[in-house]
Amino acid sequence: MAEQLFYFLIYPGLLFAAVVGAFLSFYDRKITAWVQFRKGPPLFQPFYDFFKLLLVKETILPKYGSKGVFLAAPVFAVFGASISGVFILLPLLGIETGFKGDIIVIFYLLTIPSLTYIIGALASGNPLAAVGGSREMKLILSYELTFILVLAAIIQKAGMTISFSEIISQQGLNGAFAGSISGIILFIVMIFCIQAKLALVPFDMPEAETELAGGIMIEFSGTTYAMIKLSKYIMFFILPAFLIGLLWGGLNFHGINILWSVLKILFVVLLLTLIRNTNPRVKIKQAVRFFIVWMNLLAIIAIVLSYFGY
Amino acid sequence: MGFKEFCFKKSLWLFHFGGASCNNCDIEILDCLTPRYDVERFGMLLVGSIRHADVLLVNGSINKRDKSRLLELYEQAPKPILVVAIGACGCTGGIFAEGNVFAGPVDKIIPVDAYIPGCPPKPEAILAGIVKLLNK
Repeated sequence: MAEQLFYFLIYPGLLFAAVVGAFLSFYDRKITAWVQFRKGPPLFQPFYDFFKLLLVKETILPKYGSKGVFLAAPVFAVFGASISGVFILLPLLGIETGFKGDIIVIFYLLTIPSLTYIIGALASGNPLAAVGGSREMKLILSYELTFILVLAAIIQKAGMTISFSEIISQQGLNGAFAGSISGIILFIVMIFCIQAKLALVPFDMPEAETELAGGIMIEFSGTTYAMIKLSKYIMFFILPAFLIGLLWGGLNFHGINILWSVLKILFVVLLLTLIRNTNPRVKIKQAVRFFIVWMNLLAIIAIVLSYFGY
Repeated sequence: MGFKEFCFKKSLWLFHFGGASCNNCDIEILDCLTPRYDVERFGMLLVGSIRHADVLLVNGSINKRDKSRLLELYEQAPKPILVVAIGACGCTGGIFAEGNVFAGPVDKIIPVDAYIPGCPPKPEAILAGIVKLLNK
């Protein structure tokens, strides 16, 4: 029991994932600043933001809305993000092997933060938040099918195993999946899925800073917004880590391999950041079409290619 | 300086309210976010919702129609919030001070923490005002 609590709260779970995710979020903002020839924020900026929201700012409850659900939604977002972080990072960091079928559990748990954002936004009673919530719903409906097709392709490549640690160990024996043609296609598709899951710029229409003034986040202030930031930091670490575990041979923390593992994560986040900085926001219709037609097509091509051993 | 205050001063998020402005101050505020001046190195971000804001930037003369909206915004903001009046119109009323729709400079309506005069103030002046606000 104590061990499980330690896993959930401290080492691979809440605290560790949040601290690493906060540094990755700083890295993202710094790269954004460099792309735009700016200097960028200081190193501990995500921590300042989080503690300011948590400790200093007042939390405002909506007058016309469901107050209990509004307060509970961010807490459940943090729970969902950190429990999926535990299931992803336990096999990835080599602490425990996990159980059979955990890849399906991870797939479901990863949708919890997005779902709770929608619930919180709709509970706030703000019309702009409702528009953002409906957009996020459409986005989830479009990228989840692509995501599960990618997982199906990876399960097929790994010889029909549905255990995350076995997928990682198979890549250790036979080389990373991203080394084959279908692996490269899956990597591209998965990068776009992560971009949509994190609501980064080509697919940030639920938040849409300039258009909906914050969208689903518009009514959250103080502690509730700090919780949402925390869940976003955690997701910003565990989704690239999940991608690396599925397609790029996992992480290894022995000797010089530490450097290689860190570089892998930084490279994936760099890709996400560069996509975010070089693209405009697309309309929700275009995003749905992008995933339902093109990304699904690519994923199915990858499944067929991997069936024939490419 | 305590930990709370330190975090607050390191991460001020700005919300921009333009009254009946001639648009010059708006442009100069946006200049501060551009690569040349870059207020993000102080941890400042321009946010879209007043619920996330720590600093309310007010520019332009406040006429009778804007007054209720400014009050509404100030009441909806999560406290503590700092208010900065930018430009001659925001600080005193400028050339509109005698007008019959003028509803008083910003500090007659809501408490103001810093004044940045100028018509329009240069981005350097806005940065100097922000640094003075940080050191207050």
